Amino acid sequence: MSIDRREFLKFAGASTLLGLGGITAVQELLKTSAGASHVMVDEKALSAKRWAMVIDISKFKTEADYKNVVQACHSIHNVPDIGNPKDEVKWIWTDTYEHTFPGQGNEYMPEGLKHKPFLLLCNHCEQPPCVRVCPTKATFKRKDGIVMMDQHRCIGCRFCMAACPFGARSFNWRDPRPFIKEQNPEYPTRTMGVVEKCTFCFERLAKGLQPACVEKSNGGLIFGDLSDPNSEVRKVLSTHYSIRRKPEIGTQPSVYYIIGGSENA
Amino acid sequence: MLEKALTGSKKYWVWIFFLLALIGIGVINYLRQFSYGLGITGMSRDVSWGFYISQFTFLVGVAASAVMLVIPYYLHDFKKFGKIVILGEFLAVASVSMCMLFIFVDMGQPMRIMNVILHPTPNSILFWDAIVLNGYLFLNIIVGWTTLGADRKGVPPSAWVKPLIYLSIPWAISIHTVTAFLYAGLPGRHFWLTAVMAARFLASAFASGPSLLIILCLIVRKVSKFDPGKEPIQALGKIVTYAMFANVFLLGLEFFTAFYSNIPGHMHPFHYLYAGLEGHAKLVPLMWASSILAVVALILLINPNMRKNENILAFTCASVFISLWIDKGFGLVIGGFVPNPFEGVTEYWPTLPEALISLAVWCIGFLILTILYKIAVTVREETSSWPELH
Repeated sequence: MSIDRREFLKFAGASTLLGLGGITAVQELLKTSAGASHVMVDEKALSAKRWAMVIDISKFKTEADYKNVVQACHSIHNVPDIGNPKDEVKWIWTDTYEHTFPGQGNEYMPEGLKHKPFLLLCNHCEQPPCVRVCPTKATFKRKDGIVMMDQHRCIGCRFCMAACPFGARSFNWRDPRPFIKEQNPEYPTRTMGVVEKCTFCFERLAKGLQPACVEKSNGGLIFGDLSDPNSEVRKVLSTHYSIRRKPEIGTQPSVYYIIGGSENA
Repeated sequence: MLEKALTGSKKYWVWIFFLLALIGIGVINYLRQFSYGLGITGMSRDVSWGFYISQFTFLVGVAASAVMLVIPYYLHDFKKFGKIVILGEFLAVASVSMCMLFIFVDMGQPMRIMNVILHPTPNSILFWDAIVLNGYLFLNIIVGWTTLGADRKGVPPSAWVKPLIYLSIPWAISIHTVTAFLYAGLPGRHFWLTAVMAARFLASAFASGPSLLIILCLIVRKVSKFDPGKEPIQALGKIVTYAMFANVFLLGLEFFTAFYSNIPGHMHPFHYLYAGLEGHAKLVPLMWASSILAVVALILLINPNMRKNENILAFTCASVFISLWIDKGFGLVIGGFVPNPFEGVTEYWPTLPEALISLAVWCIGFLILTILYKIAVTVREETSSWPELH
């Protein structure tokens, strides 16, 4: 049973008043409860004020480059492969330039770019509409900018899916478990009726690891702290022209795309 | 007064058991959905709200329309609505109940629905929608029940009901405004990102709800000894006329903004709904049916001679109701999803279990409506010879 400090103190105070007296016993207990109230944090854990990702699409050359990244994410997070688009669950995937940057294409753009797949994932927006609309706080934003999901609180209303301008959220239209080929016991599977999405591998950051997709990207994905001028993401962003998805709607995505010039054509 | 619903003609019981049978079929299908998940419906990653939520959206309007009787009667002392205000309030009770059921069957985790109350989240419009819907349900149950009870005893309703009646007026406006806000504030959904959304919702509500009420009044007159009267029905007809005109006008504004601005994202949903987009045109016949019914209804409504003919009025009201049911109970929600926010097109059509569950919710609504109307009508039959009260 969990009891927070304030409630415990109230209880202790009340019992003292009632003459139950055990103030020393209370102090003894407080010591242990104070110790237990802190979450154990791995010393190697990565932390940031504002996590962000840069996708350098010039580094993605073959189909395998994309596949490695998607598979790395989906296999460790127990993302089911249901095999039809209607019930599909995906955390990171690819789509065309036209769909990634609606309204920003033109018919004379480099042929190579027109048909090049772009990696898509949750943008972990600074102003996330999904957090704004969630009626149970099942979707929330952490201090470090990661937009998180509490699948145990989610009621499956799918308001976040209607609100997300990037289609980053998947709903478990059916039980996903039979569709997980090889289950990773270190990460929870989900149940039907809840929404899920990319969480920037918060569980790996806590162990001092980079997100799985970044690790498998051969430098194509760069991850780091946007608030730190010396971070690699900031260095890359200050030396390359980058764009974000739908900047006009003001959600301030934390995923940046380096399109590159003629080398992609 | 509930006992009055327990005695009735053979026809009454046939109707009740007919509804119960359809409800039973729906319950069986809901149990299938409960164990399999919402994958049993036609919804998908792109079209994440479907028939359930669109029905909810439409029915909030029907519920809000009770205010079109309450305002003239209580604020403007329009006595002729005295006998039928109760029909409006009980229609509101039945509609709000359906609204809540449609939200419930749409939940991925229905067992956790209390999380909305346990973790109140004022930044979510859905939280406010839950508050206003529940509030409106209770207001109408309390007001309807106590005023009818007082009528039955031949005494004016207790003084404490009056503030609740006045409160129900802004409250009715709020349920539909808040429901419109579920849609209107979402970035990236061009079809819904419009400041006239709440106004459109109210206009269509005040056309569709009173239309249904006119039809219900005509049915009540046929099946019981209680006659709601010619004048209140005509007065309602005028309300439908004005509201329907406002509704079509507001829809016209949306067309102008989308097409004169020439912004692709704003035009896509209209293209999809009325002409088809990239070869996808499932909703085109429905939307045109809705438009034609709206125009026909408006022509008949604006002409006073047509409106005064109760048979034509009944046909007109059915046209208005069906037209708005298609427009708001389907097109508005589905059209907002189908051209997705990244220029893809994923179509949607409800599956059979989804349709049967929806039908059952409607039947539960009609069951509530039948029982409440049976009580109200029986009381009215008993007191019809008495002089007007309050």
